[in-house]
Amino acid sequence: MPEPKQPEKLIDDKGVRIDGRRLDQLRPIKLEVGILDKADGSAYIEQGKNKILVGVYGPREAHPKHIALPDRAVLRCRYRMAPFSVDERKNPAPSRREMELSKVIRESLESVVLTDLYPRTTIDVFIEVLQSDGGSRCAGITAASLALADAGIPMRELVAACAVGKIQGHMALDLSDAEDKYGEADLPVAWVPNANLVTLLQMDGILTTNEFETGLTMALDACKTIHGMQQEALKSKYLVIKEVAEEREETEVVA
Amino acid sequence: MSFTPQLPPVAKLEQKTVIDLVANGKRIDDRTADSYRPLQIQVGLIEKANGSAQVSLGKSKVLVGVKIETGTPFPDTPDEGVLTVNAELGPLASPLFETGPPSEQAIELARVIDRGIRESKAVDMKSLVLLKGKRVQVVFVDIYILDHDGNLIDAASIAALAALASAKLLKAELKGDEVVYKPGLHPLPLNNHPVAVTFAKVGKTIVVDPVLEEEQVMNARLTVTIEKNGNICAMQKGGLSGFTQDELKTIVHLAVQKAAENRAKILAAAKG
Repeated sequence: MPEPKQPEKLIDDKGVRIDGRRLDQLRPIKLEVGILDKADGSAYIEQGKNKILVGVYGPREAHPKHIALPDRAVLRCRYRMAPFSVDERKNPAPSRREMELSKVIRESLESVVLTDLYPRTTIDVFIEVLQSDGGSRCAGITAASLALADAGIPMRELVAACAVGKIQGHMALDLSDAEDKYGEADLPVAWVPNANLVTLLQMDGILTTNEFETGLTMALDACKTIHGMQQEALKSKYLVIKEVAEEREETEVVA
Repeated sequence: MSFTPQLPPVAKLEQKTVIDLVANGKRIDDRTADSYRPLQIQVGLIEKANGSAQVSLGKSKVLVGVKIETGTPFPDTPDEGVLTVNAELGPLASPLFETGPPSEQAIELARVIDRGIRESKAVDMKSLVLLKGKRVQVVFVDIYILDHDGNLIDAASIAALAALASAKLLKAELKGDEVVYKPGLHPLPLNNHPVAVTFAKVGKTIVVDPVLEEEQVMNARLTVTIEKNGNICAMQKGGLSGFTQDELKTIVHLAVQKAAENRAKILAAAKG
């Protein structure tokens, strides 16, 4: 697919962005939990045009054995982009970007997983970006913490993530692909709400210290919203199970 | 795939010593929380490189070589030169490093330094074009870690800037398909001077320029790269835990101050 042309303006005179959003507005988010059969836990997220699938396996025996740790589980993480997820086909070989993101995503999740309960095992998180639209590392973290919860792995709480950026001199929430590409800065943030810890923070572009502080506040507010959505997504899975169970109970009584 | 690394076994007693010292406003090497280790910068050690710098930050030692060669531009930036940053964490520098393909630590280090240089537009990429879309000059920044005693990011950032600021090249021109060099060296044009400043959170305290012992017990790490006008041009958080919003504000302001101090030292060394 040819790359879309550079838009003339990222924000119009009325302060509206190319996809019709205000500066402090998230893209529509859809979250689903428990959608893979074989994985111990799984989640799916759509955020704008991002479509990301996360599968979690574990705790399971460490392979190769030498990576096992005697006092805790090893958390393993792979962030991967499908070759068809971007405008120009991505080479399927792991890129340096994917290796770096796998590392920072793992580090954003480490502090919430109770790894010391499962020594000598691994907990594996596989993040597959099926379609990418800016902010995929953050959407990946949001879905990964849901998939960990779905796998029944004991966690302190869920991690929520969202990026902010600067476009045409204004701080804007949750940049899309075009805004990220033609904007001036990108600041992805992951937040653990109750512990009040920022566990992922990266930045590229140019920001004044004031813009950074404004952006960080915007990102943390968005993380609060996303955290609420995550809790709803988890609950809704069990509401479905409850309905099925109740239906069965009724049919059994009739029989 | 990225997995939780095995830290070398540090005796619990030593871990406690490092954490307790920091909690009491002291450090294992007698510094204050906001001071760097002694910094030494030597430029031009490698005659065959266009630019080079060796930096000692305490006992950490990093050598950066800059080579400038001709090549082809990327299709999406036909009117710009090419910048590539690579880092080698060789086994001579630490028992923690092994031979083989670059580790995720090496990739992260190179990409953080790259981001600082690229996003601050330090190297004047437009000046590197010989023929638009066809031939450009390629700037290779190769980071060699010689001795690892903590905070490799800042040592590498300082060395990379010193090497770039002291780099000299011959004027290249295209005659037909061939590149001809005119005699007379001129400096590599730099528009900005990015400097990385790294902080570690040890216990509940933030310290700048963590030494290896502090890195082994830290909760989290944050690198803030500051460009010459005092704006942020790159950030990278590392480590298994995180920072509060207030801690981040404090860190960013301290980074601006520390970057300015180090930048003055780097530019003075590069001139000398």
